[in-house]
Amino acid sequence: MSMLKEKFAQLRQQQKTALIPFITAGDPLPEITVDLMQDLVAAGADIIELGIPFSDPMADGPVIQRASERALEYHVSLRDVLEMVSRFRQMDRETPVVLMGYLNPIEIMGYQNFAEQAADAGVDGALVVDLPPEEGQEFQQILKQHGLDQIYLVAPTSTAARIERICELSGGFVYYVSVKGVTGASHLDIKSLDEKLKQIRENTDLPVGVGFGIKDAETAAAVSQVSDAVVVGSALVSRVEALADQPEKIGAALRETLSGMRQAMDNAVHK
Amino acid sequence: MVTTTEKMIGNYPDERGHFGPYGGLFVSETLMDPLDELREAYQRFMQDEAFLKELDEDLKHYVGRPSPIYHAKRWSEELNGAQIYLKREDLNHTGAHKVNNTVGQALLARHMGKTRIIAETGAGQHGVASATVAARLGLECVVYMGAVDIARQEANVYRMRLLGAEVRSVESGSKTLKDALNEAMRDWVTNVDNTFYIIGTVAGPHPYPAMVRDFQAVIGREARRQMPEQAGRQPDALVACVGGGSNAIGLFYPYLDDREVAIYGVEAAGSGLDSGQHAAPLCAGKPGVLHGNRTYLMEDKDGQIIETHSVSAGLDYPGVGPEHAWLKDSGRANYVAVTDQEALAAFHDLTRIEGIIPALESSHALAYAAKLAQTMRRDQIVLVNLSGRGDKDMHTVAAQEGLKI
Ligand SMILES: Cc1ncc(COP(=O)(O)O)c(C=O)c1O
Repeated sequence: MSMLKEKFAQLRQQQKTALIPFITAGDPLPEITVDLMQDLVAAGADIIELGIPFSDPMADGPVIQRASERALEYHVSLRDVLEMVSRFRQMDRETPVVLMGYLNPIEIMGYQNFAEQAADAGVDGALVVDLPPEEGQEFQQILKQHGLDQIYLVAPTSTAARIERICELSGGFVYYVSVKGVTGASHLDIKSLDEKLKQIRENTDLPVGVGFGIKDAETAAAVSQVSDAVVVGSALVSRVEALADQPEKIGAALRETLSGMRQAMDNAVHK
Repeated sequence: MVTTTEKMIGNYPDERGHFGPYGGLFVSETLMDPLDELREAYQRFMQDEAFLKELDEDLKHYVGRPSPIYHAKRWSEELNGAQIYLKREDLNHTGAHKVNNTVGQALLARHMGKTRIIAETGAGQHGVASATVAARLGLECVVYMGAVDIARQEANVYRMRLLGAEVRSVESGSKTLKDALNEAMRDWVTNVDNTFYIIGTVAGPHPYPAMVRDFQAVIGREARRQMPEQAGRQPDALVACVGGGSNAIGLFYPYLDDREVAIYGVEAAGSGLDSGQHAAPLCAGKPGVLHGNRTYLMEDKDGQIIETHSVSAGLDYPGVGPEHAWLKDSGRANYVAVTDQEALAAFHDLTRIEGIIPALESSHALAYAAKLAQTMRRDQIVLVNLSGRGDKDMHTVAAQEGLKI
């Protein structure tokens, strides 16, 4: 059963905005991913988004593309990713895990097979970047049968009609892509963000997360004041990349970056 | 096999871009509305008489259409089988069929008020065709090309730059056509307000496979008109090479409902289908999702896209247009593959016997046509789409013979 709902309810009570770090499974070494996930939790992660490596990550900027490439040097497969989640679950029963990736690795495993194994491993939800609601109905049904949430993206280009439909279909939370562009893009505009989030909230009671373009603690703090969750990807993955040759140092680096964001966010809320 | 008389022309794809289980719209949310806007504009302009007239004029006076059909008598004689006719897309402006599509899409871009054009390219032919129409319409043009392809298609890179396009080298993944397509999509998602993405083949998300097909279908429409005039009747078989599949579908589409005409798409078998070194998803791949549509792909057991190999850069693509996937499953078309060596042999044969230097891509179609013709009677007819000329391939062919030019 997905723990996302519970987690967000808890955070709401504490008047906290969720912090959701993203890393790519297997980057830069498959054997340290589970440790890194625990480091992220220690530094204040409420939910973890784990990337499934893919050879053709069309919606990702260079930083996350290279993360996929590093993981694929070790042939990290979707099965390996599920196995990592399962090991993480043995140590952490509270932090929801959302898988983020592209459809083809899931399609080749089979929707049914994937949903069963993901639920067994302790996955809570899935965000499939190249599976819009129009094509996603069968997958969504199967996820639902296994108690998993399907998280859909809303983009700056989404029309009112699309927003309404996506909100109807989403489970867990709605993920607003804050910029036109790929992951790691810059130029996030808080004011227009706020307006878009208001529009989304008119359509749903689900929490609304914001991702793409949150680069530093300051942006995270600003976004946390208007959203229910802040997703941070490239800012963390670029630290992984810088230390790819010294993997023993990555955990500490991620903890440093993420706890900085956590503090900035928590201070901002209490202002 | 298709045993029914179900009409195929006009029935595919459905409203959401599906050809049976293939095609569709598999992109991130940011592109959903822009693709919808594109579909809407394309459907509107394809009904607009002024637009169609402008397109026709461009095809006639700028591209040089209709392209002739040529009876390769000496070669047919030598093969001692069916008569081989060539649809001469190699005589188009810029040297290949690619320009039929870029003229159409660029016109659409202008009518939609877009000021910037982007394109992906493998062999460079589509990049050149895009840069050409951008120059003519005064639009900014950026072409994405894999670093590996830039190295093996220097002349075309220079042509694009002469035409005023910026060629951006793509260093990610396998550094070939599929990665160039990824990078162009990333550009589009970032600059979607002023940018029109001209995809070069019948791949990508809906409406691209249908739109590119419709712009290329001029090839088959002309052929259907020309063949009775020239040969007294329609051909018994059509043969075209299949990279993404645009020249092939362009020839095939107007013939789909002529069930007595056999259809053959020819993929690149590279070093041989058994070697794993090839680019033949229809012959040796399986269905999956890439670049916005569901189709046959070259992928490994984990669903990762694998690198392809072909002597011809234009066929070096791990996917194929979804309509071909559908034509394969429905049995309406047959898909076969020929190796680098067979294609090179056909390249030399046509050059020496008919005085026509074909593109290496088109040489794949020629190689299969030669085999096929030899199984047929002398009074039968095979029509081959000669999709492009071989000028761009001089270096590659010379290198195969150990020469450097
Ligand atoms: C001459 C020629 N023929 C064929 C192709 C393959 O593309 P398609 O299968 O879309 O026709 C190319 C691609 O670059 C080409 O240049």
